[in-house]
Amino acid sequence: MLIKVRHGIPEVLMKHLLLSASIAGVVLSSTLPATVFAAGAGQTGNAFNPSIGLILNGTYAELHDPANYSIPGFPLAAESDPGTQGFAIGESELSISANIDPNWYGVFTLAMAGDNTSSVENAYVQSTTLGHGLTFRLGRFFSGVGYLNEQHAHTWDFADTALPYRALLGTQYGDDGIQLRWLAPTDLFIEIGAEGFRGDSFPAGGSANKGRGSWSSFVHIGDDVGISNSWRAGLSYLATKAVDRATGNDKFSGTSNVLIADFVWKWAPNGNAYSKSFKFQGEYLQSQNKGMFTPDGGSATAYSAIPSGWYMQAVYKFMPQWRVAVRHDQLQANYTNAAFTGTALDSKGHTPKRDSIMIDHVFSEFSRLRLQLNHDQSSSQSDNQLFIQYTMSLGAHGAHIF
Amino acid sequence: MKIMMKSIALMLFVLVIKPAAANVSVFACEPEWAALAKELGGERVSVFSATNAFQDPHHIQARPSLIAKLRRADLLICTGSELEIGWLPVLMRQAGNDKVQAGQPGNFAASDYVTMLDKPSSVDRSQGDVHPGGNPHIQTDPRNIAKVAMALFARLKQIDGDHTADYTQRYQAFDKQWQTDLARWEKQAKPLRGVKIVVHHNSWSYLTSWLGMQVVASLEDKPGVPPSAGHLSQVLSRLKTQPAKMVIRAAYQEGRPDEWLSEHAGIPAVVLPFTVGGTDQSTTLFSLFDDTITKLLAGVR
Repeated sequence: MLIKVRHGIPEVLMKHLLLSASIAGVVLSSTLPATVFAAGAGQTGNAFNPSIGLILNGTYAELHDPANYSIPGFPLAAESDPGTQGFAIGESELSISANIDPNWYGVFTLAMAGDNTSSVENAYVQSTTLGHGLTFRLGRFFSGVGYLNEQHAHTWDFADTALPYRALLGTQYGDDGIQLRWLAPTDLFIEIGAEGFRGDSFPAGGSANKGRGSWSSFVHIGDDVGISNSWRAGLSYLATKAVDRATGNDKFSGTSNVLIADFVWKWAPNGNAYSKSFKFQGEYLQSQNKGMFTPDGGSATAYSAIPSGWYMQAVYKFMPQWRVAVRHDQLQANYTNAAFTGTALDSKGHTPKRDSIMIDHVFSEFSRLRLQLNHDQSSSQSDNQLFIQYTMSLGAHGAHIF
Repeated sequence: MKIMMKSIALMLFVLVIKPAAANVSVFACEPEWAALAKELGGERVSVFSATNAFQDPHHIQARPSLIAKLRRADLLICTGSELEIGWLPVLMRQAGNDKVQAGQPGNFAASDYVTMLDKPSSVDRSQGDVHPGGNPHIQTDPRNIAKVAMALFARLKQIDGDHTADYTQRYQAFDKQWQTDLARWEKQAKPLRGVKIVVHHNSWSYLTSWLGMQVVASLEDKPGVPPSAGHLSQVLSRLKTQPAKMVIRAAYQEGRPDEWLSEHAGIPAVVLPFTVGGTDQSTTLFSLFDDTITKLLAGVR
């Protein structure tokens, strides 16, 4: 549930929210004569106020009771459920962002959930002037691993995230930490990143190593093929430690490392996505777990397994305000141990999978209405789900990452 | 992690010892500014245009290839006034290039140097895709090109002071030719004064203001909102009382609504290049205006 933020950009915010306005003004601003570079167009008497954006979204959903949801063989994070039955506001996200000074840019995103709880999804500062292709970030943010991990929920092509993200990353991995990215000085896009995190959110837990529980590294490459096609591929590794990480009343302590391979391909005639466009994306996630699992009421038992999952999805924009999409995702627990029969680790011979179709309509780039159907066999009881979702953005609206 | 750090260090090292490029690397957001940079920089600049004339500069994907290009740019030239708000901020934050950040000499926004039109006194999203800083499509008035050229000339001298003489020579030659052609265009375009037209999107405020043409309707009910059937019929009925000579659109805009109106109102649908490369004839800034005026005059006849 959250959002993503990529760098810098407000994407974070919601799709578009935030930044938009101001940033642009600030970003491009520029100049007056020679040495004085004033903020340019679009600035008003509140010129120094940060960009503020709000995403409002809500759903009507028909699905089985999420309180009973489980994926056999996969201990889940608390927020890894398929949604809320009936009418519900989703997460509303309030984002504030601005350049802090010539050297730093900052973003703050507060997510308010339907049950009146709020959480800080993003609170980070990012360097703007290191140069040499380097970008440094401090604070709380979504890790740059994978493709979908950094994408904020309001930018997703479906109302819910892919199963491997739900099962292996607790929807999205975001935590407190630092990040360094380096972009190679080549025409081919080659980005290398490394991160260190507190280790407080799934699949980590308990802030191991005195609050230095997770680290990650990733490589992204990408390019265009002709005028109409572009792609990005990535390989990432997230290493986490869990100390008494709870799934219900089950506990896990040990390492949980996630390897991710991701790929996205986009097409638009002449690079103009206004009327028609196509996007294919797929990711493979493998979680390497080793440690001690303590089922509710049981005793700690050694556990070592490599569950994995993948998804593929395609989105086609067939006219200016309409898109359709299909998705298939599936998981493989790769584990049997009689000691865990009846616990969350018992896959019961079940292969969790799901098929989804989606159609959405945008009234403008700030408002979207979506219908989605899932044939969800991730739980042991299959569920035909329906989602009707609106996602709207008020105020400044940041640019989206690729 | 250790290996990664080592490889980062190695790459940084390679980067630092690499000799500086011989010329100024320009990243232009739109083809018109790429063309202007070539006119003024000649061999002293290498120019990349992020978009072409068949792309809508409001809606561009922040593609990896663009980020990689901006990474190595010495000078970023964009229209500004929020035209690129949907994608440029992403590029700037991911490119790790300090030279092109706001406030740096390598950050040049053309709209800072011209008088903006259509500047709303208040903005609200119910008005559609409005730009608080004013209409960003400034390149359709050649007098704006002249103003931006003067400012860009100053910026090139600032960034690459070693070649001031070259830039001066090129700018003076460009400006002289531009002023000559400007006078010619204005003379040729006299028959267009007072001519009523329909526009697809409000991309033409600067052009119509320059030539004294009159916009009687826009196919987009609100800026950026695709033309609806209902609005098109309203435009059609308005044309009965207030006839227009033609309906114009940019090369990148979808032509079906224009063709519909053209057929039902009996007026020509004219495709203008809008920027360099939008038509076969518009290969330079000079031929951009030659062709624009030729096509408008053909529409009046």
